[in-house]
Amino acid sequence: MDGRFPKPSLRVQMKVGKMSTNTAPFLSIRKLAKSFGAFQALRSIDLDIHRGEFVCFLGPSGCGKTTLLRAIAGLDLQDSGSIQMAGRDVSRASPSERDFGIVFQSYALFPNLTVADNVGYGLVNRRRPSAEINRRVDELLALVGLPDQSKKYPIQLSGGQQQRVALARALATAPELLLLDEPLSALDAKVRLRLRDEMRSLQQRLGVTTIMVTHDQEEALAMADRIVVMSDGAVEQVGTPEEIYRRPGTPFVADFVGHMTFLDAIVTGPGQVRVGELDLLVANAAPFSVGTPVRLAMRPEEVRTRSITAETPNRFDATIGDLAFLGSYCRAHLEPTNSRSTRIAADFSTNAMRDLGILPGQVRTVAFPPEALHVFAGGGR
Amino acid sequence: MSHAATPLTMTNATVKIATPRLSERHVAGVLILALCAVLILIIALPLWALLSKSLEDSHGRFVGLANFVSYATTPTLLSSLTNSLLVASVTTGIVLPLAFLYAYALRRSCIPGRGLFYAAAMVPVFAPSLLSGLALIYIFGNQGLLKSWMMGASLYGPVGIIGAEALYSFPHAVLILVTALSLSDGRLREAAEAMGTTRWRIFHTITLPGARYGVISAAFVVFTLVITDFGIPKVIGGQFSVLATDAYRQVVGQQNFPMGAVVGIILLVPAVLAFFVDRAVQRRQSAMLSARAVPYTPRPERRRDLALLGFVSVVALAIVGPYGIAIWGSFVKYWPYNLSLTLNNYDFATVDPEGWTTYGNSLLLASLTAVIGTSLIFTGAYLIEKVKLFPRLRAFAQFLAMLPMAVPGLVLGLGYVFFFNAGWNPLNALYGTLTILVINTIAHFYTVGHITALTSLKQIDSEFESVSASLKVPFWSTFRRVTAPICLPAILDIAVYVFVNALTTVSAVIFLYGADTKLASIAIVHMDEAGAIASAAGMASVIMLTAVAVKLAHVGLDRLVFGRLQRWRQR
Repeated sequence: MDGRFPKPSLRVQMKVGKMSTNTAPFLSIRKLAKSFGAFQALRSIDLDIHRGEFVCFLGPSGCGKTTLLRAIAGLDLQDSGSIQMAGRDVSRASPSERDFGIVFQSYALFPNLTVADNVGYGLVNRRRPSAEINRRVDELLALVGLPDQSKKYPIQLSGGQQQRVALARALATAPELLLLDEPLSALDAKVRLRLRDEMRSLQQRLGVTTIMVTHDQEEALAMADRIVVMSDGAVEQVGTPEEIYRRPGTPFVADFVGHMTFLDAIVTGPGQVRVGELDLLVANAAPFSVGTPVRLAMRPEEVRTRSITAETPNRFDATIGDLAFLGSYCRAHLEPTNSRSTRIAADFSTNAMRDLGILPGQVRTVAFPPEALHVFAGGGR
Repeated sequence: MSHAATPLTMTNATVKIATPRLSERHVAGVLILALCAVLILIIALPLWALLSKSLEDSHGRFVGLANFVSYATTPTLLSSLTNSLLVASVTTGIVLPLAFLYAYALRRSCIPGRGLFYAAAMVPVFAPSLLSGLALIYIFGNQGLLKSWMMGASLYGPVGIIGAEALYSFPHAVLILVTALSLSDGRLREAAEAMGTTRWRIFHTITLPGARYGVISAAFVVFTLVITDFGIPKVIGGQFSVLATDAYRQVVGQQNFPMGAVVGIILLVPAVLAFFVDRAVQRRQSAMLSARAVPYTPRPERRRDLALLGFVSVVALAIVGPYGIAIWGSFVKYWPYNLSLTLNNYDFATVDPEGWTTYGNSLLLASLTAVIGTSLIFTGAYLIEKVKLFPRLRAFAQFLAMLPMAVPGLVLGLGYVFFFNAGWNPLNALYGTLTILVINTIAHFYTVGHITALTSLKQIDSEFESVSASLKVPFWSTFRRVTAPICLPAILDIAVYVFVNALTTVSAVIFLYGADTKLASIAIVHMDEAGAIASAAGMASVIMLTAVAVKLAHVGLDRLVFGRLQRWRQR
């Protein structure tokens, strides 16, 4: 495992050039829509993907992420809208007229062909000399870390090894675009973690533009350059993992990625909201006028318990409700002493639990950092 | 993934090749169109010819339903309808409970030799239907060994037909019921036993409801088989006329084509009904069993197992026995007066000028049908199931492919007569040739092969075609390199099924054979008509042994295919 290279130096070695937001996007999707009967799977999707990027389509099942991937591949054509790939309009092109490699959740390895024949499957058809094909297959198998398995059949390999073979096969024809349809979800948790790092570093080494569909937010956060969060056939938010996590654009994103407590609140002034009997300052003063009901959202791990002074904003006393032990941290439910009906989830690391001696039933002073509070429209829900 | 940090650049430039020369879309379109055209020619048009013939008079003028009216008002014709219904109902009533108990013993008890008993029940599948008729004649006929058991009643008529049809249809019912009884959730039974439910209550609240769709399906299949069968009533029916023999007499004997067509359409009714009931039932059956069901494994139970063993032994003997006696009879000099053995009955030329050549014709027909039919059926199923283009055309082809299931062989044969024998049809040169026999036999047995192919294709990862497309490998390469090799066992199944049925069938081909393409199964009918029962039984035995040998070869080949050629199936 060759640890992660710093990104900038990698970009230079990439085969197809730098990722750059200045030049035209590699993949450009406009107003893409598709229905299955009355069900709208995609509602007018607009999306740009740049060369060398690793993009994750993230969302719950049925959100349209796989439909979008299959439309990009040409496997299921959209009803309307356009797709441009490397400056070429491929909206109506068949899969074989597009340039991509694909790895499915099932891997779809040909069971009756050896590993080498699977990897070389796309090369044989191009009438290359067999020596060249063999060389290329060996190169690819070495690349995915399976140099001595070429004579085996897929059934003789572990799930993780099968996944690597599928990846090698998808990369064999050196496609400009790599599509991954939930490639890790059929694997054990441990193997999944290892492969996810390996796939990410391989992608960075090759610099191949990659789109991965996943419903696992942790996978998306760990692997992607950018995440496209989808819900109900539409794009909710596009951004870097950090942006998605720190500044969710919609309540859906806030709820889907990571844990989030939602509270009903009312805007009481510029940068000020009231939750029950609590008055709170918010940093991201959204354009809401005074008196508007809003939804306030915050992550459990953002609740502060240490180094709170008289100057700390959004400071209040709360009773520690039930505590759930979750390994490296505990999840508590806080009840503010002057607003009993409000329940707020808070995560305390096992360290903090030990150092501060947190126990159920205690009353402690806690604080919400104003920049960790997100304000969304639509209170009263 | 740790080694080989070399960037993948070397082959980039050389590997890329422009779009494939042959557009997959065009090839797929041509192939699916061709499939539709073939299916229209061999299935739809003959049926259309039958339908339109039933609405014409003998001069080809449209007369509406006049033929049906005259059918309904001719007592002799109408009586064969009631005869047919009677025979089919009684046979179904006899076969169903026996087959259910037999299947129950095979699937839900611990009797020894279940594989052997299963094989015994399947014996009639490998023989032409009329061999069971000949067998009963040897036992209970005018010169039968056990003629006294008939207590003066005549075998030749409804009694003989029902007995022979019961023999002939038994394996088909067992086959369906064994499947139905295999599909059961063992946990239901365990839950019932945990609550202290009596055995009888378990049987009629869990076992029977669980298998009821199988029972319905089996009832319709038996009824249809019997009502459309031609061979048995021909051999053992005597003066007792049924629909199938009527159709034959109208067309071959009296050249009354319109009336033959009317009888054909009447025969179509139960078969079509059975087809739709079967489809509805299958949908429910599969919905009944959840993916998490645990199959039921029977535990030994001495008294039940002994009783069932006794029952199964008697039934198995009653099935295998007659066939054994028929084979024995074919070697006997003069049944039943001189039981010394001889090969004279196998000198077929003495009773039929064609002699052994009919057997050669049958082998040739069965081989050609197996090779051509299996290729067509499997490729067709592949196009329908795996090629995702032209959904409307594929749905149409699927409909045509399912159609033969609802068409009895006799009816299809009539359709072929009307369509291929018509003066206006340029294809009428085919009439009487081996070609039309092959085409007809393929069409006759198309659906079962088609379903076998579809089932096996559905089990293959549906993304193989997507992966191939992404690698710019056309679907026909994937078909050749991946799909067909994976489906080899199913392809063998189809080929053997088609081969065995082509050997044994009489009903469709009896209208279509020519002077030099007479088949062994038809020769049996002729030899029986000529009173040469021993030779008829001999030829039927030869066919049966050939079919059994092919089946055994298939079992062996299957082992070989799984063992050696398909090493990739083993971990």
